[in-house]
Amino acid sequence: MNWSEFFYMGGYAWYVWPSWGITILVMLALFVQSKLENAKIRRNIARQIAREQHSLQHNTTD
Amino acid sequence: MNPLTKIWNFLYRSFHRLGSPREFYKISRYATPLFGLLFISLTLLGAYQGLFLAPSDYQQGDSYRIIFVHVPAAWLSLFIYVVMAVAGAIGLIWRMKMAFVVNICSAPLGACFTALALTTGSLWGKPIWGAWWVWDARLTSELILLFLYFGVMAIYYAFEERKTAEKAAALLSVVGVVIVPIIHYSVEWWSSLHQGATVFREGGPAMPPSMLTPLLLMALGLTFFYGYILFLNMQNLVLKNEQKSAWVRELIQQQKSKQS
Repeated sequence: MNWSEFFYMGGYAWYVWPSWGITILVMLALFVQSKLENAKIRRNIARQIAREQHSLQHNTTD
Repeated sequence: MNPLTKIWNFLYRSFHRLGSPREFYKISRYATPLFGLLFISLTLLGAYQGLFLAPSDYQQGDSYRIIFVHVPAAWLSLFIYVVMAVAGAIGLIWRMKMAFVVNICSAPLGACFTALALTTGSLWGKPIWGAWWVWDARLTSELILLFLYFGVMAIYYAFEERKTAEKAAALLSVVGVVIVPIIHYSVEWWSSLHQGATVFREGGPAMPPSMLTPLLLMALGLTFFYGYILFLNMQNLVLKNEQKSAWVRELIQQQKSKQS
């Protein structure tokens, strides 16, 4: 079997490859989304901690 | 202490440990990469066998190779719903924090695999049945499942108060689980264009091993993918929910000092 025959899929290329393609695409999107979400949450918590430490230093009653 | 009491105590302790967000976070640091590794290796092996080694079907030619993504997606659409319903029930009965996290983190993943099962099914239906879509029992019940997933997510995000939102989403998941047997038996109860069960049927799978092996590898591989993404998303939600607790703050600060 050669490559062009493989991609031809016995005439069903337009149905087989989009099926595999969309599956891979959705799985990749799920992975990227959860990594981005993780970075965002970590950033927000770090910012919150920094804000609290800042107000602790400056909010002393004088 | 007699051995039965020992076993009981061990199970009781592990159950409680798993129920604590902090313990989950610790365990998931080892479990998540393991799931990822199993997913990658099983799926690559299954895809290679399914696309290169498995023979053509004598009736459907090469179009049947859609089965290697369609059936795992459809299997996961049902499996994830069952996981969601069981987790929801555990959360409602034992008020276990992590059970609600499993419940709500599973919903978008289940919705994605249901949508994939419908899309790849449509791409398979066109050349074989001559139609992208038919209002048939199997297809319609699978579409209802998609709306159930949307419903669970919508309910969760509709409530301001987290505890109420968790309970409401869990309740809908538990009630909605009746759809799972309906989908599974739909091809037997109503006359359907969709073919009957090929793998889980009386008398064993109706498929030669050259096709069955890649199908099972893909199904198992994608199930580990679900576990992998579920754990990543659960870690995210735990960090978000517990951001006021000391251990999360310590974790974030450790990571910050490592970066600088």
